[in-house]
Amino acid sequence: MTDPRELYQQVILEHNKKPRNFGKLDPCTHHAEGHNPLCGDQLELSLIVENGLVADIKFQGSGCAIDVASASLMTGIVKGKSVAEAEAMVAQFRGMVRGELDPATQAPLLGRLTLFSGVKDLPSRVKCAILPWATLHAALKGEEEASTE
Amino acid sequence: MDITAIRRDFPLLSRVLNGKPVIYLDSAVSGQMPLCAIERMAKYERDEHTNVHRGVSTLSQEATDFYEAAREKVRRFLGAASVREIVWTRGTTEAINLVAQTFGRTVVKAGDELLVSAMEHHANIVPWQMLAQEKGATLKVIPITDDGELILESLDELITERTKLLAVTHVSNVLGTVNPVKEIIARAHARGVPVLVDGAQAVPHLKVDVQDLDADFYVFSGHKLSGPTGIGALYGKLAHLEAMPPWHGGGNMIRSVTWEKTTYMAAPGKFEAGTPPIAAAIGLGAALDYLGNLGLDRIAAQEHDLLVYATERLERIPGLRILGKARDKASVISFVVEGIHPHDMGSLLDGEGVVIRAGHHCAQPLMARYNVPATTRASFAYFNTREDIDVLVSAVEKAIELFK
Repeated sequence: MTDPRELYQQVILEHNKKPRNFGKLDPCTHHAEGHNPLCGDQLELSLIVENGLVADIKFQGSGCAIDVASASLMTGIVKGKSVAEAEAMVAQFRGMVRGELDPATQAPLLGRLTLFSGVKDLPSRVKCAILPWATLHAALKGEEEASTE
Repeated sequence: MDITAIRRDFPLLSRVLNGKPVIYLDSAVSGQMPLCAIERMAKYERDEHTNVHRGVSTLSQEATDFYEAAREKVRRFLGAASVREIVWTRGTTEAINLVAQTFGRTVVKAGDELLVSAMEHHANIVPWQMLAQEKGATLKVIPITDDGELILESLDELITERTKLLAVTHVSNVLGTVNPVKEIIARAHARGVPVLVDGAQAVPHLKVDVQDLDADFYVFSGHKLSGPTGIGALYGKLAHLEAMPPWHGGGNMIRSVTWEKTTYMAAPGKFEAGTPPIAAAIGLGAALDYLGNLGLDRIAAQEHDLLVYATERLERIPGLRILGKARDKASVISFVVEGIHPHDMGSLLDGEGVVIRAGHHCAQPLMARYNVPATTRASFAYFNTREDIDVLVSAVEKAIELFK
């Protein structure tokens, strides 16, 4: 395993301290809550989807740095993207942190979010990184709840 | 105690993980087994393996003797009056479920009450909650102070004529609090209420005497006690065990079976259906011998020294808060650090070779009581040293520096 300190890069620490798009959209068109039963992380996502585009997105909740930074960076990158693109990002992010996709060649939509690829070496933390993405997937599908169980 | 010599009995302590020597501060999750217990189990599997209470073969008789000798060791360890009061179980959880499903189902009726404490492990909550739901009974909770001590004065009000059982932990797995169970039992008995004590976290740290405590039931797991997983015990006063119906049906627990009627073994046999984990029972017996040779008093003294030292050092770290400041504590320290989630702390400590537990410790209601999602918990055993704690402290400081 790599040193976990390598994962806790400045970007992750900074987004944990000052998360972007934090809060709740009311009214919203899509909404879901995510839970990580193992560690008690909780996350609430609200979105406004217009004409097939994610016009706005916010999250709130509490969790570890990996979870919060993942949510902060995710909301930033999917804003303005089409629903189809957002779903493709969900698939690439999941594949990457599970070690199934090579961040260098198989996750072109994720940009600098490939910095989460090191999570694959910390199996107990993979679910923390995925939680915001699983919640996004649930919200886009019209489901109210997502769980990483 | 010669800690250097003791450490040689635990090969895992010499392991290097991710380039760092292992610092095992997680004995509250599972205690390490000494080599003598591991080798005793291996010897059974290699040279003695068969089944117990089966027929006339020399081999089976030998296995039965070893297995029953381990039960006698547990009896002595708990100070029970009779070996018939010791029921083998898979562990604490199974022992509590056994009592809930036999004793509990017999005595609890609609409208009755069960009493637990605010610092229970899920194992001493959920079985009672399930029973209460099934019977239409109510589960009530003994509150705790911010320091993590039970508010005993509340017992006068909480115990009513409808209270059928009080279930309380001897030592909190999160806070380390040693509860005054002898006093609690005396108060409950004065009102006619039997008491089950969850001893999972107590037996590794302090001498238990179930007769002195006057506990109705006392339960523990072998693996917290330097023994293997898959074995534990229920102590029950013989009068209770005799009155209780059997739980699991099957081989071993019967006296005779016909199509019309089955009669059961006397306690503890009637609670022990099927083939037990024989090697595990024998291994636990060997672990108890090992602890007995070290001396429970000396173990307690070493662990107390580590607790005091670790508390002093951790308390000096700015932003770190220890949960659980009871006057009487076992060597378990839960803490939270401002701005760092316990799981991040756990991963960073893991990277330094420091094995601790980060999480809710199967005590979610207690986490809610302190309004934290989780804690980081270090727990110390007799083989730990002050140097181990120095490594913990510097690893915590490094994590705080990173998150600054």
